Amino acid sequence: MGDTTPFDEMYNPDGSVREPYRALAGWLSEQPDKALGLMQADAEAIFRRLGITFAVYGSDEGTEKVIPFDVIPRIIAAQEWRKLSKGIEQRVKALNAFLYDVYHRQEILRAGRVPEKLILNNAAFCPQMMGLEPAKGVYAHIIGVDLVRVGADGYYVLEDNLRTPSGVSYMLEDREAMMILAPDLFQRSKVAPVENYPENLRRTLESVAPVNSRGTPVIAVLTPGIYNSAYFEHSFLADQMGAQLCEGHDLFVDGGKVYMRTTTGPERVDVVYRRIDDDYLDPLTFRPDSMLGVPGIFDAYRAGNVTLVNAPGTGIADDKAVYTYVPEIIEFYLGEKSLLQNVPTYNCTDQDEREWVLENIADLVVKEVHGSGGYGMMVGPTATEEMHEEFKRKILARPDNYIVQPTLALSTCPTHINGDVAPRHVDLRPYVLVGDEVRITPGGLTRVALKQGSLVVNSSQGGGTKDTWVLED
Amino acid sequence: MRMLGRTAQNLFWLSRYVERAENMARLLEVGYRMSLTSRREGGASEHLVSMMQAAEVDEGFAEKHDVADVDTVAHYMMFDPDNPNSVYSCLMAARTNARSVRTAITTDMWESMNEAWLEYSQIRPRDVRGAKLLELLQWVKQRSHEFRGALLGTILRDDGFSFLQMGNFVERADNTARILDMKYYVLLPRATLVGGDLDIQQWTLILRAASAHRAYRHVYHDRYKAHNIADFLMLRPEMPRSLVYCARFVQQNMDTLTTLYGRKEACHEVAQGMVDMVANTDMDAIFAHGLHEFLTEFIARNNRVTDALSESYNFY
Repeated sequence: MGDTTPFDEMYNPDGSVREPYRALAGWLSEQPDKALGLMQADAEAIFRRLGITFAVYGSDEGTEKVIPFDVIPRIIAAQEWRKLSKGIEQRVKALNAFLYDVYHRQEILRAGRVPEKLILNNAAFCPQMMGLEPAKGVYAHIIGVDLVRVGADGYYVLEDNLRTPSGVSYMLEDREAMMILAPDLFQRSKVAPVENYPENLRRTLESVAPVNSRGTPVIAVLTPGIYNSAYFEHSFLADQMGAQLCEGHDLFVDGGKVYMRTTTGPERVDVVYRRIDDDYLDPLTFRPDSMLGVPGIFDAYRAGNVTLVNAPGTGIADDKAVYTYVPEIIEFYLGEKSLLQNVPTYNCTDQDEREWVLENIADLVVKEVHGSGGYGMMVGPTATEEMHEEFKRKILARPDNYIVQPTLALSTCPTHINGDVAPRHVDLRPYVLVGDEVRITPGGLTRVALKQGSLVVNSSQGGGTKDTWVLED
Repeated sequence: MRMLGRTAQNLFWLSRYVERAENMARLLEVGYRMSLTSRREGGASEHLVSMMQAAEVDEGFAEKHDVADVDTVAHYMMFDPDNPNSVYSCLMAARTNARSVRTAITTDMWESMNEAWLEYSQIRPRDVRGAKLLELLQWVKQRSHEFRGALLGTILRDDGFSFLQMGNFVERADNTARILDMKYYVLLPRATLVGGDLDIQQWTLILRAASAHRAYRHVYHDRYKAHNIADFLMLRPEMPRSLVYCARFVQQNMDTLTTLYGRKEACHEVAQGMVDMVANTDMDAIFAHGLHEFLTEFIARNNRVTDALSESYNFY
């Protein structure tokens, strides 16, 4: 770190092409003028026709946008991926063990390895989950791990997403689009498939059905509805899995069991893959004003009659303040050193660290502990002086509400920009499924900051996506 | 996997709204052509207003416009989002329903619906005048045909198919009854044996609205006669837009559901009542009863079929 030259995914410092990008470089050099531009336009048309859109909050209701798709894939070598996926598997196992402990005996708090106050006073801690036994002991079944690369060997975990991570449909549709747009490129490369994600998701969900469920478990995907920004993904996944896509009012609880309302009467539901936040899940247990949830579903869950995926209360393990303790958590439960690195994080409640942070704010990234989606954060080097001052005041007022990290030089990947190819910063979100076993889809979603120099890759802030290839040996 | 009641409802209304968009285009075409042929002062406006009465959008129109001419009426019928039955509103509602049940319809159906909406929502109303209007009306009908083609060609013959078909034909029955009611008085038997030129013109337009002006010749081998035209659009079982055809079609789809679900629901009786009304009668009896009264009663019964379906299959 400190080195400000970002790692280039495609080119070595001497200008030669890195091994995994050889086939792509050859293919790119053969493309006639404007070919990439045409491909880009085709991609946009494909996505719009298929309705692969997301709603933008704060814009007119019903406004649907297509997330920009970049036609140049991001490529990861086989041995790089093997290392990464080992680290990811270690991490999700430890985080699930942590969740089980936090909602049971709390050994890690007793041992003083994680401060008790940080957990028990945390808004993401869900006391209703205490003592509950989830099927197979799994809390976070569907996880997106946000990674950034800062060097040939240096991946950092930026954050873990253990609540309801989204974007996996883009991983699948980006691949679909890429195969339509550049079939010849696939012929030259051995790319690990991502297409079995829905099947693996189904197997994962079935594997965590309540022990007392009979026959093939009935799975429902619970969506807030068609105006939700990720509605396309909800319907896509339900469709691909052959599961029922439900809104809250399609489900009801009777006698501690969950049913859906069908044309021929009630039908029992065993597993609910809910894409509704904890707060809105059940007005009887959580927010009473929620219209999106299913009254009584939490009690049915507690009674062991339905499995909620992910479990409520997983947010305690991906909280930004808890994040700094993940290496500690891995050591505590697995007795292993963390294979993936955390980004160094400054603790503003410590007076020395806070003073250092305030002095160097122009070089740092400040994030709200409970913020997400690129909101509530400040990237020092690109922010104005007013913003520096504003965040200094915020940190002083509530030091526990912010974490501060050095500005990472996110790696860059060649990206098609108005007919040219130019480097843009990227991150990587692999998707992990945890049930009877851990299943990691090779690759994941690469998000790219389309604005020159920008480090913010969120789609709500002008980011796009790329197809992500893991090469096979 | 059993179907959600809400999914059944969305499928039913998806089809209904596509059919309604098409029928609004058909009605507007008749109104427009009639207004062109009127030589009387104020006649054009009268034709347009009676067309809007048939579509039951006349009151909403009057709240927004003082003058009913081709421009104001076409805009209200085609593009006005305040008119819940405008082609714009119908296509939007159809697409919203399709979006809610993407998992229950095929990709071909979704793409057909989505493209129709995306194209239509980008049309600038002021570009649509004169010949362009007729072109666009034709386009709406074609899009409806395309959607139905995608539906028939790709969807599984399960309960979802039955709900889609019922939505389609409940709406079509409603529309045919409304087209007839719009000019029911020119269809009434009268002293003169042969209608005047004006009558013939209006009959032609009514038949056109139902895409039936050429089929009429095949069935009747005769010149246009009011009695035959009414018979054709109401009681002929081989005419796919006739009341009897639509009523029977709805009933058959309910029968399919009965077989599939192994259970007969209360809505069957209501559908049976509608079929009886048009299957066991003839035009003389209908004229004796009163054509307008008969059509009004038919529309009301058809509405009750929708209510009964919602009740029996847990739409909510």
